[in-house]
Parts: sequence; C-alpha cells; structure tokens
Amino acid sequence: MSAPRAAAPVAPVRQPRRRGVELSLLAAAVLIALFGYVNVGLAQDGRVPRGVLLYGPALCVPVVLAHLAVRWRAPYADPLLLPIAVLLNGMGLVLIHRLDLATPHERAGAPSQVIWSSLGMTLCVAVVVLLRDHRVLARYGYVSMAVALALLVVPIFFPAINGARIWIREGALSIQPGEFAKILLAVFFAAYLAANSNALAYTGRRVLWKVQLPTGRVLGPILLVWAMSIGVLVLETDLGTSLLFFGLFVVMLYVATGRRGWIAVGLMLAAAGAGVVGSLEPHVHSRVVDWLHPFASIRAGQGAGQLAEALFAFAAGGLLGTGLGRGHSILIGFAAKSDFIVATAGEELGLAGVTVLILLYALLVARGFRAGLAVRDAFGRLLAVGLATIVALQVFVIVGGVTDLIPLTGMAMPFLAQGGSSVVTNWIIVALLIRLSDSARAPGPLEAETGVIAMVRPSGGLEF
Amino acid sequence: MTRYIRHAAAFSLLLLIALLVNLTRIQVLDAPSYNANPANGRTTMSRYARARGDVYAGRTRLTGSVRTGGTLAWQRAYTAGPVFAPVTGYASQAYGTTLLENAGDPVLSGTDPALSAAPLWNAVTRRPVRGGRVVSTVDPAAQRAAYRALGVRTGAVAALDPSTGRILALVSTPSYDPAEVAGDGRGALAAWRRLTTDPRQPMLNRAIRQTYPPGSTFTVVTAAAALDSGAVTGPDAATDSPDPYTPPGTGDRLADRTPRCRDATVRYAFEAGCDTVFARLGVRVGLPGMVGAARAFGFDDPGTSIPSHVSESVFDTSMNDARLARSCVGQDDTRATPLQMAMVAAAVADGGTVMAPYLIDRETDATGRTVRTTRPRPLGRAMSGRTAAVLADLMAGAVTDGTGTGAAVPGARVGGTSGTARTGTGDRGTPYAWYVSWARPARAATAPVAVAVVVEDTAAARTGASGGGSAAPVARAVMKAALGGGG
Repeated sequence: MSAPRAAAPVAPVRQPRRRGVELSLLAAAVLIALFGYVNVGLAQDGRVPRGVLLYGPALCVPVVLAHLAVRWRAPYADPLLLPIAVLLNGMGLVLIHRLDLATPHERAGAPSQVIWSSLGMTLCVAVVVLLRDHRVLARYGYVSMAVALALLVVPIFFPAINGARIWIREGALSIQPGEFAKILLAVFFAAYLAANSNALAYTGRRVLWKVQLPTGRVLGPILLVWAMSIGVLVLETDLGTSLLFFGLFVVMLYVATGRRGWIAVGLMLAAAGAGVVGSLEPHVHSRVVDWLHPFASIRAGQGAGQLAEALFAFAAGGLLGTGLGRGHSILIGFAAKSDFIVATAGEELGLAGVTVLILLYALLVARGFRAGLAVRDAFGRLLAVGLATIVALQVFVIVGGVTDLIPLTGMAMPFLAQGGSSVVTNWIIVALLIRLSDSARAPGPLEAETGVIAMVRPSGGLEF
Repeated sequence: MTRYIRHAAAFSLLLLIALLVNLTRIQVLDAPSYNANPANGRTTMSRYARARGDVYAGRTRLTGSVRTGGTLAWQRAYTAGPVFAPVTGYASQAYGTTLLENAGDPVLSGTDPALSAAPLWNAVTRRPVRGGRVVSTVDPAAQRAAYRALGVRTGAVAALDPSTGRILALVSTPSYDPAEVAGDGRGALAAWRRLTTDPRQPMLNRAIRQTYPPGSTFTVVTAAAALDSGAVTGPDAATDSPDPYTPPGTGDRLADRTPRCRDATVRYAFEAGCDTVFARLGVRVGLPGMVGAARAFGFDDPGTSIPSHVSESVFDTSMNDARLARSCVGQDDTRATPLQMAMVAAAVADGGTVMAPYLIDRETDATGRTVRTTRPRPLGRAMSGRTAAVLADLMAGAVTDGTGTGAAVPGARVGGTSGTARTGTGDRGTPYAWYVSWARPARAATAPVAVAVVVEDTAAARTGASGGGSAAPVARAVMKAALGGGG
C-alpha cells in the first residue's frame, strides 16, 4: 500500500446516518422471511402455519436489538449490511424448515438453527457494542494466528464425519472450529500485511528476470500459511476450507502489495498443491471425478448421485421455480440442508430466486469492499477486504461446487446453510463490517487519529 | 491500495457472475435435458403426487385412487379389477401402464395440454392440472355378462357396435386384478412375479392380443368373397363341390364329417358346416381374391389400434392351393383375434361396411368438460350390401336351424356361426370353440351388437363338433346384456 493514499482527506461534511433506511429494510427483510414461512405452510398443508404468530415476534426481538445496538454504537454504519444478513438468515431458516417437513423422520434442523442464529446475532450485538475501535484487533494478530491454528488442528483428534475431520462432536452439539478460524486468519493477515506490505513489495533478492523474492523473514509466514492450508487439506480432507484460506491470503497479499507476481506465485502453489492432493488423496480425488462426470453413476446403473440430483433440482426450478414447499430437492438426500441448500433455493425459487440470493451476497461483498475503500487505516482496509473476500469465496466455492462449476467441497453457504458455527461466524463478519463501515463514515476524533498514525508510520503499518 | 481493492472487488464480483452464468446454463439452457433424464425422480413423484383421473364405462367408474402414505403419494385402485382389466389395463408405479391406462395417460395424469384452459398461464404458475377422465365405449352390462358367462374357463370375448365400431366388451379369462400391481412395494413385486410366470397367462389380453385359427367362422369371409366375385351365383345355387375335396395340384384330401355336403348350396353348407364347400369356393375365388377380401375385413393390418395396439390377424398372402383351401376354412396359417372376428360379424350386420373399432368414447377434464371425442371412422367396404344381406340371412338361418341354436335371444333376430380351432401345432394344441354373431331387436333397423367368443373347450376337440355348444351361450349372454342395456 502507499501511505499518502491511506491518509486520503475526509470530506468535512457530516455524513447522513441513514438508520431509518436500515430500519425499514430490516422490516422488509423480516416480512419477506415470514412470508416465505407462511408460503411453505400453505404449500404443504394448505393453511397458514400457527407458528407464524410465535416466530414473527420472536424474530423481531434480536433484529430490533441489533438495530438498536447499531444505532447506539455504530450510527454511521452502512445501512445495508444488517438487513442483508437478516434476510439471508431468515431465508435460510425458511429453507431449512421446508426441508425439515420433507424429512419427518430426521432430527429437525430449523429449531437448532434458530438458536444458533440468535446466538450469532447476540454476538453481533456484542461485537458492535464492545468493539469500539477495530484497530484494537490489530494488536492481536499473532494471537489470532495461533488460536486459528489451534482451532484447525483440534478436529484432527476427533473422528471423521462424512469423510472430513472438521467437526468436534459432543452429543447433539457439533462445532466446526475451522469456521471461526476464518475470521481469526483474516485478522492475522490484515495485521501482518499492514505491517509488512512494503517489505513484501519492495525488498528481497532478484532471483530471475524480474522475479523478486522477499527476504526469508518476511516470506516465512506466507510459507507457513501455505503449508497450513495444504495440511488442512491432507489431514482433514477439507478441500473447501483450504481453498478459502489460500484464496483469502492471495487476495489480501495482492491488495496489500499490489504485486501481480504474488497472484502468480499463489496460483502456482495452489495449483501444485491441489493437483498433487487431488490425484493422490482418495476423498478429494473422488470429488474431482464427480465434478468431471456428474452422471457417471447413472450410466453405471446406480441412479443419480448427489451432484446429479442437485443439477436435477436446479433444472426442475427453471426460471421461476416450483414455489416454496413444492419442490423435491430432498432427493439430494444427505447434506440437503447444509452444503446443498442452494439447490433447494434453485428448485423452489427458480433462477430468479437464486439470482436474487447471489445478488444479495454480491451486495454484501460490495459493501464490504466499499468499507475497505472508505476506512482510513491500512489494517481496517485489509480487514474489510479480507472479510468481504471470505464471503465471496465461500459463496463461489459452494455454489460453484453444487452447480458442477468446480469440484464440490464441503462448505457452508453463508447464513443459508444449516450449521451453527458457520452462522455464528458470518454474524461476526457482519458485525466487523458494521464496525468498519461505521469507522469509515463517522466524523470525530477517529479522523485525526487515523491521519496521525498514517503520517507517523509511513510504512502504513501498525505495531502489534 | 484503493486501486488494488477495486481489483479485488472486481475479482470477487467476477466469481459471482460466473455463478450466475453457470446457473443460467443449468436452469434454463440445459434444464430440458436434465428434466428428461430417466434417473430424475421428479417425473415419477409429480406423477403420483395427485390422484390420477378415472376411467369410466358410460357412467360406471372403473378406477379410483388410494393414498399410499409413501413418497409416491397416490396409487391406482380398481372398482372391478378382473372384469375390466382387458379394458383398463393397469397403471403401476413400478411397471408402467397398459391399454386405456396407457392410451389415456396424458389425460389421466393431467399432462395433456388440452386439459388446461390457459396452457401458457399454467406453465408460468406451475399449478398442477387435475387428471381428466377417460370414458370408454364399453357397456358395463355386456362386459360383466361376458365375464360371468366365461366363468372359470379360459377364453375371450370381443363385442362391437357394428354401425360405429364402438367396442362394447373386451373380456379375457383367466383375468387378474390390476390393483395388485399398482404400487411399487414388495406386494406389487410379488404379484407381478406370480402373474407374469403363471402358465395360464392371466395378464394376456386374449381379446386383442392373442390370435387363434378362426376355424369355420372364417367361412363368412370366404362366402362373402365367393358371392361378391361371382364364384357362386347365389346362396341357393349348387356349388359344384366334391366331398372329399382335393385341391388342384396337390394330394391333400379334405373331407367333411357332416353328411350331404357334396355339391351343397352355400345355405346348406353354412347351416350344416360343410368345410369342403368353402374350401372349394375359396380356391375358385383364387388367392388374390381371398387376400383382398380378408384385407377388406381387417386382416393383415399390423397397425390396428383402438388406440391400444391390436395384434395383427393373418391371412397368408402367398401359398399354394392346398394351403389356400385350408386357409379359407380358417385353418393352416390363418389366425384372427376375437376382435377381428367381431369385426367380421359387424360387417355382415352393418350392410358390408367395416368400422374402425375404438375403445375411447371421449376424454374430459376433471370437471367433465369434453376435450376430445372419437368419431366413428369407416375402414372400408368388405362386401356389397346385397352380399351382406345374403350373409345376414345365412347367419340367421344357422341360429334358427343350424349349428348355433344356443345363441338365440328372445325378441331379437340373431345371426351367428361357430367354429373350432387349435392353438399350437398339429392336432396337439389346446382346442378352442368359436362363436361369432350379431343381434338385432325385432323392430330395429340396425343391429346394435356383434360379438366374437372364443372358449377353451376340450369337448370340442373330442367330438370334432362346432363351437356352438360351449361358445354360443356366452355370445347369447353378451348380446342379451347389450340389447337389454338399450344398446
């Protein structure tokens, strides 16, 4: 990064807060989710479900609390972030509830998802209220990394579930620690890169024509991260998380240094790692084979595989969908509520509905990047970019996977998919983006402070 | 850094756009091929998600639907399964559909575009169209009478309305209950195994899918050809036929057990059952003439459908005189379905015109609004009106004075002829008795029913007698029911 840009002058005009916009959008989001819930009931039983009287107000409580928290502690925050998250979370609950009805003999997913969502929103409120200044996080960069590594390593000691060692299961409760690691790694990357971007960009030996390698001291953490994502891939056979970490790091590295070489190096390393693991590791290899031949099991006379069923679900939805509660995406079977939830959206809401969902994510990501552009300190910028990238990559990896665009990897669709850890993590991401966007637009002492830091430390970094 | 953030943002959006492009490919461009994939369970699920429309015979409902409580919500039920099985066929979740259940499937399952008042609007709203009704031409009284009359014997009945070609009865025994194979569970599988391996072939629709040598009943065709071609001048003219008869160029000798067949008239030959007379006449008409006559009645047509496929009835088109002689009395390679022989009787009763037989009267939507009606369609003329009148007279004579007295119906003019046949080769095959007839109420101008009956009858083989004994009462029961029902 370059210091003068970071110290961009702030417009002296007082920014509008637009909390009223947020409130009305929140009301719309809640209403849409409730409408979906009623819709499912009407489609399945022909009458309005009685739960609407209970869930309606119940859903409003955390939403209103979150709104009040934002009003109180982050009055200049981007007014779109919270409503988008509420809408996606609400639609996720509707879809999970809809799939619960189709699988009466399984444990219902919606009730626990409601609890996790409430927990997520509570943590969101807590972050917004307690984290007054995001730069505090920069102090905990290496701590974050250590904790993230620990979280990633812990599940290795637990039994594999469905071919991947990414869960800690204790009774009915299962936690996916890798989800939380995402945020911690983004914090670490942002802090590390904000401090070392110049060293990465401009120092080091020139080994080949125009190719310049940074010094070992600076390069070390990068190699560590690379090794870590490969380790996750091999030990936990979790291709998705590995891809996410690596993609996240390459993007943040590029944003911090502006060096396209890093992208090339990153892509080559990723390709090499994925190539080796994809051909050697049986679990990952089978995913690659499925990706290339989704209908192989049909030709072999064994009926449609999971991926083929997902494609059938999308196709059955067509342009406008079958309507909520009227599809048969349950044919996908295992993981229909989690990894494949977007196929249900595709079948019942159609291309129109899925496009809306993807655009909502796009809007969320765009707002994240916008906060990244507007915030004044390098750490904040990189953190915002990292968080937005996490959302974008997650959506790409999982939707691309279930639509046969890339090999399918287990990954939760942010907010939509069943999975407590994921929903909590994404609410924290939204909380951090709210905090960052508030800092970006808020007038007051922050402004001067940011300028001072940028001037005192021309490297643009922060000490931690 | 701002520039690089913009690059990263652009990259992220590019990823999401790639998703949208791919989704458009799957959900719009490639959707038809995915939807048509046989491994896609949706086709079956949506098919059984609603109660299927019903098959009717007049006002009588022949089918129903019951909830299964399983993934495939509804399955077929039948009000009188075995009786109407040769009409309805079965609609099975596991084994597909046959007969009316198959021919009427688009209407019954609600996929027929004609059912929806606004097809385009329905395509948009995806509101499922309720299955419509298929109303068959079958007369329930005639159908039941035929089933009851056949009883435990193996046999088949086909009855027609001669002036329109409406099929009034299609019965095959032993029968089966299509409800047994309607589901897709273990019960249906067991029933399917049992029914398909049963040597008595209960699922065979003998009325339209089994051919038998028609025996002497085929002499109606031969007589029509002989009278129309001038091979004999009239029913009461001497036919100049020897008994026994040796066709030219062969050493084959045909002899009648019936007395006084030598040089008999067509009338006597018909009433008494002189095969030598018709063999002689057929050879005199010649192969092309006989083939032409048989085709005019509907033989040698592989495409007959009602709209379910009807097995082809055969009159061989190339043979020597010895075989032609035997073919003209319904032996050798001549084979006919009961429906075909009913068409022969109907042509006589309808003044020589052969009507295309049909089983679907009309199709309606769920509310009863008619969406399609079958119009009677003449297949052609099998003989002149005069010849038809002569044959009607001969057939009526056979009932009053000859081989078919068991078919007489009080208060109606009945014409009939009998025959015996053996399925299988040589003389070892199962013997069947035939009876082919029509009936006209005393004061009516047209005959409202023509019927063909074939019954397994070991006694017929022993005595060598005609089918009058065992098949005629079945024909009488059907005709009586058809006339009594108001025709």
